[in-house]
Amino acid sequence: MESKRRRLWKLFFSTLYISAFTFGGGFVIVTFMKRKFVDELGWIDEQEMLDLTALAQSSPGAIAVNAAILVGWRTAGFAGMLTAILGTILPPMAILYAISFFYAAFAANPWVALALKGMQAGVAAVILDVVCGLGGKVVRSRSPVQIGMMAAAFVAVAVFGVNVMHVVLAAALIGALTALFRRKGADG
Amino acid sequence: MILLQLFLSFAQVGLFSVGGGYAAMPLIQSQVVEKYGWMTMLEFTDLITIAEMTPGPIAVNSATFVGARIAGLPGAAAATLGCILPSCFIVSLLAFVYYRYRKLSMLQSVLAALRPAVVALIASAGLSILQATAFGGQSAALQNVDWTGLCIFAGAFLLLRKLKWNPIGVMLLCGAVRLGIGLAMGAG
Repeated sequence: MESKRRRLWKLFFSTLYISAFTFGGGFVIVTFMKRKFVDELGWIDEQEMLDLTALAQSSPGAIAVNAAILVGWRTAGFAGMLTAILGTILPPMAILYAISFFYAAFAANPWVALALKGMQAGVAAVILDVVCGLGGKVVRSRSPVQIGMMAAAFVAVAVFGVNVMHVVLAAALIGALTALFRRKGADG
Repeated sequence: MILLQLFLSFAQVGLFSVGGGYAAMPLIQSQVVEKYGWMTMLEFTDLITIAEMTPGPIAVNSATFVGARIAGLPGAAAATLGCILPSCFIVSLLAFVYYRYRKLSMLQSVLAALRPAVVALIASAGLSILQATAFGGQSAALQNVDWTGLCIFAGAFLLLRKLKWNPIGVMLLCGAVRLGIGLAMGAG
Protein backbone atom coordinates (compact mmCIF):
# COMPACT_ATOMS: atom_id res chain seq x y z
CA MET A 1 0.00 0.00 0.00
CA GLU A 2 2.79 2.36 -0.89
CA SER A 3 0.49 4.63 -2.87
CA LYS A 4 -1.96 4.99 0.02
CA ARG A 5 0.84 5.90 2.39
CA ARG A 6 2.12 8.47 -0.07
CA ARG A 7 -1.35 9.87 -0.47
CA LEU A 8 -1.71 10.23 3.32
CA TRP A 9 1.62 12.06 3.56
CA LYS A 10 0.59 14.35 0.75
CA LEU A 11 -2.75 14.98 2.47
CA PHE A 12 -0.98 15.68 5.76
CA PHE A 13 1.48 18.16 4.30
CA SER A 14 -1.17 19.84 2.15
CA THR A 15 -3.50 20.43 5.09
CA LEU A 16 -0.58 21.43 7.33
CA TYR A 17 0.64 23.94 4.77
CA ILE A 18 -2.81 25.37 4.10
CA SER A 19 -3.62 25.63 7.80
CA ALA A 20 -0.30 27.25 8.72
CA PHE A 21 -0.77 30.11 6.28
CA THR A 22 -4.50 30.64 6.36
CA PHE A 23 -5.52 33.69 8.31
CA GLY A 24 -9.18 34.46 8.85
CA GLY A 25 -12.35 32.49 9.00
CA GLY A 26 -13.52 29.18 7.61
CA PHE A 27 -14.31 30.38 4.10
CA VAL A 28 -10.70 31.44 3.66
CA ILE A 29 -9.41 27.92 4.27
CA VAL A 30 -12.11 26.46 2.02
CA THR A 31 -10.91 28.60 -0.90
CA PHE A 32 -7.32 27.47 -0.30
CA MET A 33 -8.47 23.86 -0.13
CA LYS A 34 -10.30 24.29 -3.42
CA ARG A 35 -7.11 25.60 -5.05
CA LYS A 36 -5.08 22.70 -3.68
CA PHE A 37 -7.35 19.64 -3.88
CA VAL A 38 -9.45 20.58 -6.93
CA ASP A 39 -7.19 22.69 -9.15
CA GLU A 40 -3.76 21.39 -8.23
CA LEU A 41 -4.09 17.74 -7.15
CA GLY A 42 -7.41 16.95 -8.89
CA TRP A 43 -8.51 14.68 -6.01
CA ILE A 44 -11.98 16.23 -5.77
CA ASP A 45 -14.13 17.77 -8.49
CA GLU A 46 -15.42 21.28 -8.25
CA GLN A 47 -19.11 20.46 -7.71
CA GLU A 48 -18.21 18.09 -4.92
CA MET A 49 -16.00 20.70 -3.24
CA LEU A 50 -18.92 23.15 -3.18
CA ASP A 51 -21.15 20.43 -1.68
CA LEU A 52 -18.52 19.67 0.95
CA THR A 53 -18.30 23.41 1.72
CA ALA A 54 -22.05 23.53 2.29
CA LEU A 55 -21.81 20.48 4.58
CA ALA A 56 -18.86 21.94 6.51
CA GLN A 57 -20.73 25.23 6.87
CA SER A 58 -23.95 23.70 8.15
CA SER A 59 -22.33 21.33 10.67
CA PRO A 60 -21.42 22.48 14.17
CA GLY A 61 -17.80 23.30 14.90
CA ALA A 62 -15.02 25.13 13.08
CA ILE A 63 -15.56 25.21 9.31
CA ALA A 64 -11.87 24.55 8.66
CA VAL A 65 -11.89 21.39 10.80
CA ASN A 66 -15.17 20.22 9.28
CA ALA A 67 -13.82 20.76 5.76
CA ALA A 68 -10.65 18.85 6.68
CA ILE A 69 -12.75 15.95 7.97
CA LEU A 70 -14.70 15.82 4.70
CA VAL A 71 -11.70 16.18 2.42
CA GLY A 72 -9.85 13.55 4.46
CA TRP A 73 -12.72 11.05 4.31
CA ARG A 74 -13.11 11.66 0.59
CA THR A 75 -9.47 11.18 -0.32
CA ALA A 76 -8.33 8.38 2.03
CA GLY A 77 -11.14 7.13 4.28
CA PHE A 78 -10.89 7.05 8.07
CA ALA A 79 -7.08 7.29 8.12
CA GLY A 80 -7.42 10.24 5.77
CA MET A 81 -9.83 11.96 8.13
CA LEU A 82 -7.43 11.62 11.08
CA THR A 83 -4.52 12.77 8.90
CA ALA A 84 -6.37 15.84 7.62
CA ILE A 85 -7.56 16.82 11.11
CA LEU A 86 -4.04 16.50 12.49
CA GLY A 87 -2.60 18.55 9.65
CA THR A 88 -5.23 21.24 10.15
CA ILE A 89 -4.99 21.64 13.92
CA LEU A 90 -1.23 21.22 14.48
CA PRO A 91 -0.14 24.65 13.15
CA PRO A 92 -2.65 26.72 15.13
CA MET A 93 -1.97 24.58 18.22
CA ALA A 94 1.78 25.05 18.00
CA ILE A 95 1.49 28.77 17.30
CA LEU A 96 -1.07 29.52 20.01
CA TYR A 97 0.81 27.36 22.52
CA ALA A 98 3.93 29.44 21.91
CA ILE A 99 2.01 32.71 21.97
CA SER A 100 0.28 31.84 25.24
CA PHE A 101 3.64 32.47 26.93
CA PHE A 102 4.23 35.97 25.60
CA TYR A 103 0.95 37.15 24.18
CA ALA A 104 0.96 40.75 25.36
CA ALA A 105 4.23 41.56 23.56
CA PHE A 106 3.06 39.84 20.38
CA ALA A 107 -0.27 41.65 20.15
CA ALA A 108 1.34 45.04 20.76
CA ASN A 109 4.21 44.70 18.27
CA PRO A 110 3.63 47.25 15.44
CA TRP A 111 5.74 45.33 12.88
CA VAL A 112 3.79 42.14 13.46
CA ALA A 113 0.58 44.10 13.07
CA LEU A 114 1.82 45.68 9.82
CA ALA A 115 2.80 42.37 8.21
CA LEU A 116 -0.54 40.87 9.20
CA LYS A 117 -2.32 43.86 7.70
CA GLY A 118 -0.57 43.30 4.39
CA MET A 119 -1.48 39.63 4.46
CA GLN A 120 -5.10 40.58 5.03
CA ALA A 121 -5.08 42.41 1.67
CA GLY A 122 -3.64 39.24 0.12
CA VAL A 123 -6.34 37.07 1.67
CA ALA A 124 -9.06 39.31 0.22
CA ALA A 125 -7.44 38.94 -3.22
CA VAL A 126 -7.23 35.13 -2.94
CA ILE A 127 -10.89 34.78 -1.95
CA LEU A 128 -12.17 37.14 -4.63
CA ASP A 129 -10.03 35.39 -7.25
CA VAL A 130 -11.68 32.06 -6.40
CA VAL A 131 -15.10 33.75 -6.33
CA CYS A 132 -14.52 35.14 -9.84
CA GLY A 133 -13.79 31.62 -11.09
CA LEU A 134 -16.76 29.96 -9.41
CA GLY A 135 -19.18 32.86 -9.98
CA GLY A 136 -18.18 33.09 -13.64
CA LYS A 137 -19.19 29.46 -14.08
CA VAL A 138 -22.59 30.07 -12.47
CA VAL A 139 -23.16 33.04 -14.81
CA ARG A 140 -22.04 31.06 -17.87
CA SER A 141 -24.47 28.26 -16.97
CA ARG A 142 -27.19 30.69 -18.17
CA SER A 143 -29.56 29.04 -15.73
CA PRO A 144 -31.84 31.77 -14.33
CA VAL A 145 -32.43 29.70 -11.19
CA GLN A 146 -28.70 29.34 -10.45
CA ILE A 147 -27.91 32.99 -11.18
CA GLY A 148 -30.94 34.20 -9.22
CA MET A 149 -29.97 31.98 -6.31
CA MET A 150 -26.45 33.39 -6.23
CA ALA A 151 -27.68 37.00 -6.45
CA ALA A 152 -30.37 36.50 -3.81
CA ALA A 153 -27.99 34.80 -1.38
CA PHE A 154 -25.42 37.55 -1.87
CA VAL A 155 -27.91 40.37 -1.28
CA ALA A 156 -29.32 38.59 1.78
CA VAL A 157 -25.90 38.19 3.43
CA ALA A 158 -23.98 41.26 2.22
CA VAL A 159 -26.79 43.84 2.23
CA PHE A 160 -29.29 42.64 4.82
CA GLY A 161 -26.88 40.81 7.12
CA VAL A 162 -29.00 37.64 7.18
CA ASN A 163 -27.47 34.83 9.24
CA VAL A 164 -25.39 32.54 7.01
CA MET A 165 -27.07 29.46 8.47
CA HIS A 166 -30.50 30.75 7.46
CA VAL A 167 -29.30 31.35 3.90
CA VAL A 168 -27.98 27.78 3.66
CA LEU A 169 -31.27 26.39 5.02
CA ALA A 170 -33.37 28.58 2.72
CA ALA A 171 -31.34 27.51 -0.33
CA ALA A 172 -31.73 23.84 0.62
CA LEU A 173 -35.49 24.34 1.07
CA ILE A 174 -35.84 26.05 -2.31
CA GLY A 175 -33.94 23.16 -3.91
CA ALA A 176 -36.23 20.61 -2.25
CA LEU A 177 -39.36 22.51 -3.31
CA THR A 178 -38.10 22.75 -6.91
CA ALA A 179 -37.65 18.97 -6.94
CA LEU A 180 -41.19 18.39 -5.62
CA PHE A 181 -42.64 20.89 -8.08
CA ARG A 182 -40.84 19.27 -10.99
CA ARG A 183 -42.00 15.81 -9.98
CA LYS A 184 -45.61 17.02 -9.80
CA GLY A 185 -45.25 18.62 -13.22
CA ALA A 186 -43.93 15.36 -14.67
CA ASP A 187 -46.81 13.37 -13.21
CA GLY A 188 -49.54 15.71 -14.47
CA MET B 1 -10.22 16.98 36.92
CA ILE B 2 -9.27 20.30 35.35
CA LEU B 3 -8.42 18.44 32.13
CA LEU B 4 -11.85 16.84 32.03
CA GLN B 5 -13.43 20.21 32.70
CA LEU B 6 -11.48 21.80 29.85
CA PHE B 7 -12.43 18.92 27.56
CA LEU B 8 -16.15 19.07 28.37
CA SER B 9 -16.26 22.84 28.28
CA PHE B 10 -14.77 23.05 24.78
CA ALA B 11 -16.82 20.08 23.60
CA GLN B 12 -19.85 22.28 24.23
CA VAL B 13 -18.29 25.08 22.20
CA GLY B 14 -17.62 22.61 19.37
CA LEU B 15 -21.10 21.14 19.54
CA PHE B 16 -23.14 24.32 19.65
CA SER B 17 -21.23 26.75 17.43
CA VAL B 18 -22.88 26.44 14.04
CA GLY B 19 -21.59 28.79 11.38
CA GLY B 20 -17.95 28.78 12.50
CA GLY B 21 -15.64 31.62 13.49
CA TYR B 22 -17.60 34.44 14.99
CA ALA B 23 -20.47 32.18 16.01
CA ALA B 24 -18.10 30.40 18.41
CA MET B 25 -16.98 33.59 20.21
CA PRO B 26 -19.98 34.16 22.49
CA LEU B 27 -19.97 30.46 23.43
CA ILE B 28 -16.29 30.53 24.34
CA GLN B 29 -16.88 33.68 26.35
CA SER B 30 -19.74 32.12 28.32
CA GLN B 31 -17.65 29.03 29.15
CA VAL B 32 -14.25 30.57 29.75
CA VAL B 33 -15.07 33.95 31.27
CA GLU B 34 -18.50 33.61 32.82
CA LYS B 35 -18.85 29.98 33.87
CA TYR B 36 -15.34 28.98 34.96
CA GLY B 37 -13.55 32.32 35.33
CA TRP B 38 -10.47 30.94 33.57
CA MET B 39 -9.90 34.38 32.02
CA THR B 40 -10.90 37.98 32.66
CA MET B 41 -12.88 39.80 29.99
CA LEU B 42 -9.76 41.81 29.10
CA GLU B 43 -7.72 38.64 28.56
CA PHE B 44 -10.55 37.27 26.47
CA THR B 45 -10.48 40.34 24.20
CA ASP B 46 -6.74 39.85 23.77
CA LEU B 47 -7.36 36.22 22.95
CA ILE B 48 -9.80 37.17 20.16
CA THR B 49 -7.30 39.65 18.71
CA ILE B 50 -4.59 37.01 18.71
CA ALA B 51 -6.93 34.37 17.31
CA GLU B 52 -7.77 36.71 14.45
CA MET B 53 -4.15 37.58 13.76
CA THR B 54 -2.91 34.00 13.67
CA PRO B 55 -3.82 31.17 11.32
CA GLY B 56 -6.43 28.61 12.25
CA PRO B 57 -10.04 28.55 13.43
CA ILE B 58 -10.92 30.82 16.36
CA ALA B 59 -12.36 27.88 18.34
CA VAL B 60 -9.19 25.78 18.00
CA ASN B 61 -6.98 28.80 18.74
CA SER B 62 -8.98 29.66 21.85
CA ALA B 63 -9.00 26.06 23.07
CA THR B 64 -5.22 25.80 22.76
CA PHE B 65 -4.60 29.18 24.35
CA VAL B 66 -6.95 28.72 27.28
CA GLY B 67 -5.90 25.10 27.84
CA ALA B 68 -2.20 26.03 27.80
CA ARG B 69 -2.65 28.84 30.31
CA ILE B 70 -4.75 26.74 32.67
CA ALA B 71 -2.94 23.39 32.51
CA GLY B 72 0.04 23.53 30.16
CA LEU B 73 0.43 21.20 27.21
CA PRO B 74 -2.01 18.53 28.50
CA GLY B 75 -4.57 21.28 29.00
CA ALA B 76 -4.08 22.54 25.45
CA ALA B 77 -4.49 19.02 24.09
CA ALA B 78 -7.59 18.24 26.19
CA ALA B 79 -9.35 21.49 25.25
CA THR B 80 -8.53 21.17 21.54
CA LEU B 81 -9.65 17.55 21.44
CA GLY B 82 -12.92 18.52 23.12
CA CYS B 83 -13.40 21.27 20.59
CA ILE B 84 -13.09 19.02 17.51
CA LEU B 85 -14.58 15.72 18.69
CA PRO B 86 -18.27 16.63 18.23
CA SER B 87 -17.49 17.73 14.65
CA CYS B 88 -15.80 14.41 13.90
CA PHE B 89 -18.97 12.46 14.66
CA ILE B 90 -21.51 14.80 13.12
CA VAL B 91 -19.55 15.61 9.96
CA SER B 92 -18.69 11.93 9.38
CA LEU B 93 -22.38 11.09 9.60
CA LEU B 94 -23.27 13.85 7.14
CA ALA B 95 -20.53 12.70 4.78
CA PHE B 96 -21.95 9.18 4.89
CA VAL B 97 -25.44 10.45 4.03
CA TYR B 98 -24.06 12.67 1.26
CA TYR B 99 -22.06 9.93 -0.48
CA ARG B 100 -24.81 7.37 -0.08
CA TYR B 101 -27.72 9.45 -1.35
CA ARG B 102 -26.23 12.08 -3.60
CA LYS B 103 -27.50 10.28 -6.71
CA LEU B 104 -31.12 10.85 -5.59
CA SER B 105 -32.87 13.57 -7.58
CA MET B 106 -34.18 15.26 -4.44
CA LEU B 107 -30.72 15.65 -2.92
CA GLN B 108 -29.32 16.67 -6.30
CA SER B 109 -31.89 19.42 -6.55
CA VAL B 110 -31.07 20.62 -3.04
CA LEU B 111 -27.35 20.63 -3.84
CA ALA B 112 -27.93 22.44 -7.16
CA ALA B 113 -29.65 25.23 -5.25
CA LEU B 114 -26.98 25.26 -2.52
CA ARG B 115 -23.95 25.62 -4.81
CA PRO B 116 -24.63 29.13 -6.13
CA ALA B 117 -25.61 30.19 -2.60
CA VAL B 118 -22.26 28.93 -1.28
CA VAL B 119 -20.44 30.96 -3.96
CA ALA B 120 -22.34 34.01 -2.74
CA LEU B 121 -21.40 33.29 0.90
CA ILE B 122 -17.73 33.03 -0.01
CA ALA B 123 -18.01 36.28 -2.00
CA SER B 124 -19.56 38.04 0.96
CA ALA B 125 -16.82 36.79 3.33
CA GLY B 126 -14.17 37.98 0.85
CA LEU B 127 -15.76 41.41 0.51
CA SER B 128 -15.94 41.93 4.25
CA ILE B 129 -12.20 41.22 4.50
CA LEU B 130 -11.62 43.58 1.57
CA GLN B 131 -13.65 46.23 3.37
CA ALA B 132 -11.55 45.80 6.52
CA THR B 133 -8.45 46.21 4.34
CA ALA B 134 -9.73 49.19 2.38
CA PHE B 135 -10.77 51.23 5.39
CA GLY B 136 -8.24 49.96 7.93
CA GLY B 137 -11.06 48.56 10.07
CA GLN B 138 -12.69 52.01 10.37
CA SER B 139 -16.01 53.26 9.01
CA ALA B 140 -16.46 53.36 5.24
CA ALA B 141 -15.65 57.02 4.55
CA LEU B 142 -13.33 58.49 1.92
CA GLN B 143 -10.85 59.93 4.41
CA ASN B 144 -10.40 56.50 5.99
CA VAL B 145 -9.35 54.78 2.76
CA ASP B 146 -6.08 52.90 3.20
CA TRP B 147 -4.57 53.39 -0.28
CA THR B 148 -1.52 51.23 0.45
CA GLY B 149 -3.75 48.33 1.42
CA LEU B 150 -5.93 48.80 -1.67
CA CYS B 151 -2.89 48.88 -3.99
CA ILE B 152 -1.52 45.71 -2.41
CA PHE B 153 -4.91 44.08 -2.86
CA ALA B 154 -5.11 45.11 -6.53
CA GLY B 155 -1.58 43.87 -7.23
CA ALA B 156 -2.25 40.56 -5.49
CA PHE B 157 -5.52 40.12 -7.40
CA LEU B 158 -3.75 40.62 -10.74
CA LEU B 159 -0.96 38.19 -9.82
CA LEU B 160 -3.56 35.54 -8.95
CA ARG B 161 -6.02 36.16 -11.77
CA LYS B 162 -3.71 36.85 -14.71
CA LEU B 163 -0.45 35.12 -13.77
CA LYS B 164 -1.95 32.26 -11.67
CA TRP B 165 0.58 32.65 -8.89
CA ASN B 166 0.49 30.38 -5.83
CA PRO B 167 -2.02 31.93 -3.38
CA ILE B 168 0.04 31.35 -0.23
CA GLY B 169 3.09 32.85 -1.92
CA VAL B 170 1.04 35.90 -2.91
CA MET B 171 -0.22 36.30 0.64
CA LEU B 172 3.26 36.14 2.17
CA LEU B 173 4.49 38.62 -0.45
CA CYS B 174 1.68 41.01 0.57
CA GLY B 175 2.79 40.81 4.21
CA ALA B 176 6.42 41.43 3.24
CA VAL B 177 5.54 44.38 0.96
CA ARG B 178 3.45 46.03 3.65
CA LEU B 179 6.18 45.54 6.24
CA GLY B 180 8.76 46.87 3.76
CA ILE B 181 6.70 50.01 3.07
CA GLY B 182 6.21 50.53 6.80
CA LEU B 183 9.95 50.18 7.48
CA ALA B 184 10.84 52.53 4.61
CA MET B 185 8.38 55.19 5.79
CA GLY B 186 9.51 54.76 9.39
CA ALA B 187 13.15 55.20 8.36
CA GLY B 188 12.45 58.18 6.06
